[in-house]
Amino acid sequence: MAGLMAGFGHYTHAVVRGIPASLAKEALRTSQAEVDLTGARTEHDAYVEVLRTKLGLEVVELPADESLPDCVFVEDAAVVCGETALITRPGAESRRRETEVMKEALKDLNLNIVEMTDENATLDGGDVLFTGREFFVGLSKRTNQRGAEILADAFKDYAVSTVPVLEGLHLKSFCSMGGPGLIIIGSSEPAQKALKIMQQMSDHRYDKLTVPDDIAANCIYMNLPDKGHVLLHCTAEEFPESVKVFEKLKDHMLIPVSNLEKVKVDGALTCCSVLINKKANI
Amino acid sequence: MTTEAGSETEVKEKAEETSAQPDQSETAEQEGQEVANVEGEEKEKGKEKEGKEGKGITRYLPTWFKKQKSQSQTSPTKEVPPAGEPVSKATEGEEEPAPEVNGHAEEVEEKEEVKSEEAKEATAAESDSTASAETEPAREEKVEDATAKSEETTKEAAEAEGAEEEQKEKERQGHVEAEADGGESQTSIFQSPLRLVRKNKMKVVVCRVTLLDGTDFTCEVEKRAKGQYLFFKVCEHLNLLEKDYFGLTYKDSHDEKCWLDPTKEIKRQIRSNNWHFAFSVKFYPPDPSQLTEDITRYLLCLQLREDVSSGRLPCSFVTHALLGSYTLQAEFGDYEPDQPRPLDFISQLTFAPNQNKEMEEKILELHKSHRGMTPAQADIQFLENAKKLSMYGVDLHHAKDSEGVDIMLGVCANGLLVYKDRLRINRFAWPKILKISYKRNNFYIKIRPGETEQFESTVGFKLQNHRSAKKLWKVCVENHSFFRLNAPEAPTKARFLTLGSKFRYSGRTQAQTRLASSLIDRPAPSFERTSSKRISRSLDGAPVISITEAGSETAENGRDPHLELHSDSKAKEVDLSHVDVEAKPSQQQSPGRAEPAPSQVHTLLLDLDKTQDEVLKHQASISQLKRSFMEAPPPSPPQPNQWEKRLTSSPATTIRVQQQQVTPEVEIEETVVIQEVSRAVKLGLVPVTADSPATPPAEPEPKPQDQIEKVEEEAAAVEEVKPVKPERASSESESEEEAEYQPNVAASITQTKIPEEKEEEEEEQMTKEEEQQQVSPPVVPAPPVEASEPAEELSQEEEEEAKKEDTSVVEEKKDDQEEKESGRETEESTDDPMVTPEEAPEGLILPDETLGAKPTEEQERPKMNGEASLVEVDPRPQVICCSEPPVVKTEMVTISDTFAAQKTEIATKEVPIVHTETKTITYEAAQLDGNGDGEPGVLMTAQTITSESLCTTTTTHITKTLKGGLSETRIEKRIVITGDCDIDHDQALAQAIKEAKEQHPDMSVTRVVVHKETELAEEEED
Repeated sequence: MAGLMAGFGHYTHAVVRGIPASLAKEALRTSQAEVDLTGARTEHDAYVEVLRTKLGLEVVELPADESLPDCVFVEDAAVVCGETALITRPGAESRRRETEVMKEALKDLNLNIVEMTDENATLDGGDVLFTGREFFVGLSKRTNQRGAEILADAFKDYAVSTVPVLEGLHLKSFCSMGGPGLIIIGSSEPAQKALKIMQQMSDHRYDKLTVPDDIAANCIYMNLPDKGHVLLHCTAEEFPESVKVFEKLKDHMLIPVSNLEKVKVDGALTCCSVLINKKANI
Repeated sequence: MTTEAGSETEVKEKAEETSAQPDQSETAEQEGQEVANVEGEEKEKGKEKEGKEGKGITRYLPTWFKKQKSQSQTSPTKEVPPAGEPVSKATEGEEEPAPEVNGHAEEVEEKEEVKSEEAKEATAAESDSTASAETEPAREEKVEDATAKSEETTKEAAEAEGAEEEQKEKERQGHVEAEADGGESQTSIFQSPLRLVRKNKMKVVVCRVTLLDGTDFTCEVEKRAKGQYLFFKVCEHLNLLEKDYFGLTYKDSHDEKCWLDPTKEIKRQIRSNNWHFAFSVKFYPPDPSQLTEDITRYLLCLQLREDVSSGRLPCSFVTHALLGSYTLQAEFGDYEPDQPRPLDFISQLTFAPNQNKEMEEKILELHKSHRGMTPAQADIQFLENAKKLSMYGVDLHHAKDSEGVDIMLGVCANGLLVYKDRLRINRFAWPKILKISYKRNNFYIKIRPGETEQFESTVGFKLQNHRSAKKLWKVCVENHSFFRLNAPEAPTKARFLTLGSKFRYSGRTQAQTRLASSLIDRPAPSFERTSSKRISRSLDGAPVISITEAGSETAENGRDPHLELHSDSKAKEVDLSHVDVEAKPSQQQSPGRAEPAPSQVHTLLLDLDKTQDEVLKHQASISQLKRSFMEAPPPSPPQPNQWEKRLTSSPATTIRVQQQQVTPEVEIEETVVIQEVSRAVKLGLVPVTADSPATPPAEPEPKPQDQIEKVEEEAAAVEEVKPVKPERASSESESEEEAEYQPNVAASITQTKIPEEKEEEEEEQMTKEEEQQQVSPPVVPAPPVEASEPAEELSQEEEEEAKKEDTSVVEEKKDDQEEKESGRETEESTDDPMVTPEEAPEGLILPDETLGAKPTEEQERPKMNGEASLVEVDPRPQVICCSEPPVVKTEMVTISDTFAAQKTEIATKEVPIVHTETKTITYEAAQLDGNGDGEPGVLMTAQTITSESLCTTTTTHITKTLKGGLSETRIEKRIVITGDCDIDHDQALAQAIKEAKEQHPDMSVTRVVVHKETELAEEEED
């Protein structure tokens, strides 16, 4: 059944994009770290491989665009929920064109495309947390109220609540879903504050899984037919303490994915793919 | 009083039955009931008879009341009487009970006044038994009294109604149903000729009600009928039992949709001559699968289809398609591959605001996949999806935030949502809300402090105007009550002042309705769906038959499953039904008690419980309270067993839930200002009440102020009140500019029926505390002192009631000091009891007076209230003392004869003169900590023990406070002893203290306040 909110975490397709060489130097970043382009590419390949081979998703790989150094972070370009895809208007001017190819790709997947044409609206997909029951949109440097409103309009079935993001790039820079009704949250004060707000705003109850490192809270959760709960999370080399926390998730298939390089340009795990459930809605 | 309430209800029911009986063949049940009735009747007969014959009734009826009645039933003249509430109440009473009875009763009255013959005939014809006729008058009297009581009555009435409904349900279930309803219908049929005659005399109005399927249902209603009456008519027409989720709306003069208040006269609400209503879902059940009957779900589906297609309930394309496909399946059955319905067929149906071909195709495509699904299953699927929509059940209101930004406030089952455009920008769950109030066009909610916050904060919104603010407030009160309480809160009783909107939700709560519907036992009624109706038009003629049947077969009438009568038939029905209507109005009120019996009310505020058993229970309840408090759990459903028992055992009795559960509740402090003067006062108050976050240790300070202000108000009120007639009160509610409603955590109010009890005043006084209302056992007949009369007029005159009330407050303190972090954790604190001195004072007296006493009070309220307050005043000083920190007061005794000074002559003859002696004694032990405040965490328990002559009510407040790292728990017990015989007060007090000590060995008794009120003399009109 196409039921609303059915099958949270069930995906059939993933859209990813290659890493342009310009990423190393030109990609936006909040810190001044040197990115090892090769390392980043290796990482990314491994990531895609997990999606494709290990999880069996149909992966749509978009070509990198040198003029778009951040284009690997496809998540920001589109928000897909059910059969609807909202093409965003990224907050960073330099990233606006990233949506073009994305839009085409999603069209090809027969999704209903909604575009954010309002000049005053900005929205990065990284600020959008979909819990299965509702959306939380972080109001950050990249996302504004208007962007959130348009998202709310695009996904009318769901409540869309706004959450101020005081620190960090995106809302999902310190949180993500770890299962139905389970929010993985970083332990920093801003993260905890944001969680409180989310809990207050929601009619639903969420469990939380607090991890010591904010960035480690960004994981990819899936619920796949033959695999059950799957969680892609950071590796033990990166955040050993946080990984210990994940290991407590007995019901999940845990898949550590390295993200050492991309994180230098504020790329987290969820940033690098747009997940789609083509059969979710009948 | 409680007792009375109970009896009233029964009476009402009986009344119904009785009415039914004559006409119908008597069922065993009925007989049984009759017997009961008879007994009841006989008791009161004496009185009644007096009333009848000597025009006695009229005598003691307040003039306005008389007028009303006569008007409503007999005389075409109508006054738009000023009498607001009382009238309405009276009306209620009338409506609810069996129509016939009313008719009789009225007739009786009327005989003397206006008409005679017809009435007699009617009486004779209709009621075979004279007894019934006699009884009726009595009922009326009661009703009147009830009216006098004012709000209480209303509530009771409501409850009574509830009871009736349930009864009806039962009947239906038991197949008896048909009979019962049939009774009504038959009666109407039989009597129809007579009635028709009468009809002319009575003012009857044709109401048009637009049903959810878009058809109109017309029915005639007496002009004075209350909303309830019409609503029940509609539900009956729909064959709907789970009716509590629904309501009627009308368009006000500003073309805004408003809910028709069931407890008030329709005419007063619509304020225009447009008797057009719409039947709609008022409370969207969060989980429709828990509804018992398919027909209920069907109606909910109809509403939602409308909500969806109109865009009120926004949803995505896919969801539109999905919901549409279920609608198709439900209405048309399986998709027929052979004869695919042409697309244009679908496009005639509206599924979405912006429906297009693509969507229609999608709908059809999905429809195919539902093959084999029954209409009921399709409805369920529809609802399962619709309920997940974020705006499901959210009632939106335009508003502006404090900065003038346009927002929307959404009221729903879980609380209050704040939207800006489409975005949810804030949310206040019911448990987080301490108080809801409005003042002019401002709407305020007081928020419970969060973990890190120290004080509660108040959030204000600006509505477009006063009307919309009030409307929003009402919706909030109703939603909170419906979804969060186990039982509706008692309407504010006669508070000190009549000021303020007394509006409360009067229907059943979700918990109650669930229980009730779990008892539904009828075979699933068959009903036609809109389209199917369409399809089977040829059959339309059939319904007529059913009508006929109805006429002939009593049983079947209302109940028959064939709800959908075609238009023709409907019309006919209407006539019949309307007959009923006429009759009905008069009846209900019966319950009111006319005579004031001299009674003594003792109020002891203690920490103790009386019996040891009780002690145990009590403790249990306390712990339960604590638990629930901590968890702030959703209202626990009443225990089915009890309900069932009650239901089964005594059909007559309304369902009362007397559980003391801690539901998050709402305490209501309402303040509505009727007159300007009072307003001014209130204004003052308001600020106080709503403590701004800024005010730090709000408690101590505010209280005194409040009190003071109150006093002032009272005074003012008194003055004003006099001039104001009771009616005003009713009107006030509408005119009021402000009102408050406080959801309290702890209070569990159990009683359905007995609403009033103490709280009202206390609440105000006890600012933060919640008190519980105790359910008074319906049983005890005598105890309460009542001035039966419609006191309103009395009000001014002071009646002194002959009552004795002793109120003793014993506070026990246990000091455990724990170092706690600043955060107050209620739960923990609970464990360590510390006493907060303050609260006690508030709690002291009032409640009981109200309780114990009399229905009269309401009427009297102005005065009584005033008095009461005065009385309270005395104790207050104590309060102040309490607030003094380290001061140890050993004992404080205050004895005052308040009333003597205040007595005023009663101008009205009808008013009984009562002298009241009030004594208040306060005992205070040393307190370690002088600060009092009760705040956030208050738990209460109430127990009521009733014996024949004594009525004892125990209320327990547990207050936890965290001050400066110390947690204090204060337990305040209030014991009210009411009785008409002599009570050894000293002994009672001694025992109470002793018990308190025994019960809480680890705590100390810090204060005992005894408030004693004695009725010195009473006059009974009867």
